[in-house]
Amino acid sequence: MSESHIEPFHFYTRQNLIYLTGKKAKNISELLAGIKELPLSSIYHHTHHYLEQFEFLTPEPPNDYAYWIKDILQDRLLGEEIASLDLRQFSTLEEIRNKIIEIIEASVERNAESLQRSAPPGEEFYFKKARSFIFPTKYISNNLNEFLECLKNVSIYSIYYHVFESRLRGSNNDFSTWLASSLNETELAREFLRLDPYSQTLDNLRKIFTRLIENRLKENTNART
Amino acid sequence: MPELKEYAKYVGSDVLDELELYAAKLKNVTVQNINSTAVGGGVAEILTNMIPLLQELGINVKWDVIKGGEKFFEITKKMHNALHGQEGNFSQEEIDNYLETNESNANQMNLHGDIIYIHDPQPCALIKRKQEVGGKWIWRCHIDFSRPDKLIWKFLKEYVEKYDVSVFSAPSFARELTIPQVLIAPSIDPLSDKNKDLSQETIDAVLERFKLDKNRPIVTQISRFDYLKDPVGVVKAFKQVRKSVDCQLVLAGGEATDDPEGAQVLAEVREVVENDPDIFLLLLPPASNIEINALQRASSVVLQKSLREGFGLTVAEALWKAKPVVASAVGGIPLQVAHKYSGLLTHSIEGTAFAIKQLLQNQPYAKKLGENGREHVRKNFLITRHLRDYMLLFLSLIYPEGDVVHL
Repeated sequence: MSESHIEPFHFYTRQNLIYLTGKKAKNISELLAGIKELPLSSIYHHTHHYLEQFEFLTPEPPNDYAYWIKDILQDRLLGEEIASLDLRQFSTLEEIRNKIIEIIEASVERNAESLQRSAPPGEEFYFKKARSFIFPTKYISNNLNEFLECLKNVSIYSIYYHVFESRLRGSNNDFSTWLASSLNETELAREFLRLDPYSQTLDNLRKIFTRLIENRLKENTNART
Repeated sequence: MPELKEYAKYVGSDVLDELELYAAKLKNVTVQNINSTAVGGGVAEILTNMIPLLQELGINVKWDVIKGGEKFFEITKKMHNALHGQEGNFSQEEIDNYLETNESNANQMNLHGDIIYIHDPQPCALIKRKQEVGGKWIWRCHIDFSRPDKLIWKFLKEYVEKYDVSVFSAPSFARELTIPQVLIAPSIDPLSDKNKDLSQETIDAVLERFKLDKNRPIVTQISRFDYLKDPVGVVKAFKQVRKSVDCQLVLAGGEATDDPEGAQVLAEVREVVENDPDIFLLLLPPASNIEINALQRASSVVLQKSLREGFGLTVAEALWKAKPVVASAVGGIPLQVAHKYSGLLTHSIEGTAFAIKQLLQNQPYAKKLGENGREHVRKNFLITRHLRDYMLLFLSLIYPEGDVVHL
């Protein structure tokens, strides 16, 4: 494919401003009620900020609900179920919300005693929500070499936006979509997709992506010589 | 004052590049900050640090201070304590003085800007001029708001709800309000005397000055001598620890000579210390930042066993020095300490003693918690994150619609 037909890849970045809802939960029933009642921007915050804010914990609980249920309410089974929820399966926040509700309701039905568990004072679950601000960055790539350079320089927030949040915009992973559709790098795109980003820190993810591209560029050079 | 580029070694140049991206969207925006004091106190410190950096980013940020008589500041101090949870009855005369002082400041000040950023309760009633001045108005609450006195909150709330947005430091401070409430945690400055890197010689010199043994573990709590910081509980927990581990305790805080309650607390602490040679009560003069920094760095475990806490930035300071922290789950502490990941949260003297023992006896675990804590602070509690949140807050007022804003 000649470069003149290539749609360039624009790197964006995303930052969130966090809002307090004034609502809190001290047990699983109140948590469930909040998950049902509050807007999707709250589901978004509690399922999507954790990895960025607590990325040093990876591969520990990837969302606020799982951390709170496991470490504060001390319900390890339910905590594990919510933690292992693969967000990659879902393309809307509504689907994520419904799945979390389903898991919690099933747990409560299975084990009514879990309703008795209560958070110690000060460790209640505070419901928050987020507004996202998306900024275009100066990084634009037209080919694999440029893409590699950009990837080395963009912030982890940009990587997060293109890898984790892309699903909410209908793309599996913005990087792999572009690699396949614009550069025809289908194998590389597949390798990107095969990675489970939730089991890596964002800095590690950058390193792995970088290494995969460098290997691919080496193959290209070897093939030419 | 440090320049922005000096922070690159701590947060990376990618983070600084992004700050410029956000600032570029605020080039023609004027923000007028108003608080009640230019020096002393946490708010003045935040503004002193943040304003030059926001200006360096090209945002037209200004800072004005309201004027008031002795009576006004007595009333606002009482108001501050009442919002902290102490009972406080306000006479009509006091309320009138508060409102009149705000009114006369509104008359004398040049209230202007696209965004008027009011800090804390003292200038809160300036909002009465909103219609006349125009612009978007922010009320930033820097104080612990978890259990405010009902009457004073009812009075203040009437003004707060006239703002476009309110800002709180911790989730537990959120109130039922008709206006949006944004969460912005405070931050520490890695280049300040309290947090900058120190040589081993400097640390050793401080230990020597206070006659601490650098060869035995040190457990430290940095806080003023105040019931809410539970220094007596700290000493009791330490005495339990020392039954099985040879260690020293440092309780370091500001001198309490001008604070009758502080002197009383100190007397009670001395009583429970019982001349124990391994417990060091250090009364530090103001601006002992290097000493505090050195004591934190020399510690094996840092405590913050508060019964109530605003945000508890001493926790972030200790975590930034990669120290394992044992703290109570109050105020902003749970934001900083994720239990068993970046420290340990405890709820009793016995629990605190057990946690200290665990950390002193399991050094790899203590080290891991400390390292996690430092990374957590690097991402979430350094001044660069604070700058980002301020800029997002300004943008949220300029672009008030939608959960996702494309700029």
